[in-house]
Amino acid sequence: MENQNIELLDKHFQDKVDQEIKIEPRDYMPDAYRKTLIRQISQHAHSETVGQLPESNWVTRAPSLVRKATLLAKIQDEAGHGLYLYSAAETLGASREDLIDDLHSGKAKYSSIFNYPSLTWADMGAIGWLVDGAAIINQVPLCRTSYDPYARAMVRVCKEESFHQRQGFEIMANLAAGSPEQKEMAQDALNRWWWPAIMMFGPSDAESTHTAQSMKWKIKRHTNDELRQKFIDQAVPQAEFIGLKVPDEHLKFNEETGHYDYGPIDWEEFWSVVKGNGPCNEERVAARKAAKDNGMWVREAAMAYAEKKEKRKVKVS
Amino acid sequence: MGNKVEWPLWEVFIRSKQGLNHRHAGSLRAPDEVMAIKNARDVYTRRSEGVSIWVVKAEDVFASDPYEEGPLFEPANTKIYRHPTFYHVPEGVKNL
Repeated sequence: MENQNIELLDKHFQDKVDQEIKIEPRDYMPDAYRKTLIRQISQHAHSETVGQLPESNWVTRAPSLVRKATLLAKIQDEAGHGLYLYSAAETLGASREDLIDDLHSGKAKYSSIFNYPSLTWADMGAIGWLVDGAAIINQVPLCRTSYDPYARAMVRVCKEESFHQRQGFEIMANLAAGSPEQKEMAQDALNRWWWPAIMMFGPSDAESTHTAQSMKWKIKRHTNDELRQKFIDQAVPQAEFIGLKVPDEHLKFNEETGHYDYGPIDWEEFWSVVKGNGPCNEERVAARKAAKDNGMWVREAAMAYAEKKEKRKVKVS
Repeated sequence: MGNKVEWPLWEVFIRSKQGLNHRHAGSLRAPDEVMAIKNARDVYTRRSEGVSIWVVKAEDVFASDPYEEGPLFEPANTKIYRHPTFYHVPEGVKNL
């Protein structure tokens, strides 16, 4: 009897999804749908907050006040994006603290792109242009994801993300049009960030285990390879426009398909970094853990103050 | 106290400009209403999206049960005479 009911509920749920009816927090949803969304949304949130780290590295060394202010605004946005996403995850019954503990323990992942170091000022350009660029390609379709609190968070994020990409591209364009040393620095940053950005779209469709179910539930709206191709098709002309060379000797525009053919991805590197062996994995998680541990006294003090204030209110009346 | 100090959850409503109503923008965690408003300002109005903020503790929001949606809203479904299109207005009549 119990199983029949669940079967009916699941079928009704799938019908809603097929008809593009959005799912809201207290609606019925299969356990597996809830779990996979909590995993995806929280890992997205972790990516935003960890994503602040490679860029905060250069705030004190930004070449001008405008560059410093815009970089700070971008970093602040990333913090905000993390907050929208933690809020969305909480609507599914998850606890923000537990999610953050999972990040710190290594149980939860975040986008592997942030495990690479930001070695020069030009990295700020490459990151804004390519990493945020890739994120936009991924996030725009998510504005139509079936779970609407996630979709609504994505709408806010996408509005804010476009300045990020322009800020990065502007840095790269300026460097590429500058002195030979500046152009070389921009080219070097592109050389180091291109392939990791391509890998942001995840494993190839054939290797992606989550994709089929995710697309059936309309959480995911396009496959990894589709999005990856879209990113490459957009980014290559941008690089050419500012006179930089994409570090892929196999890169060639295919007249027949209307897309760029590109070289083989180093999947060993991808899986190695995902599994924790990237250049900065330990450093990133340690920084996040330290931020929480060292800031805990503020959290406790604020809570104690709020409780004291509450008690005083009751006394007066 | 340990590492489990959790600030209460607040729902945030923003009025984007005079003449419009407050709309739900999302949620955040804050220890009290003063910080909730400050945090709402920082999280939800970085691009001048608001002239007014309301914060409500999530535990004070009462919601209708989605499983009861059908029966709860059913009374209106059969009262099409609440819509002006139900009524026949002879052709040529003005201002009606």
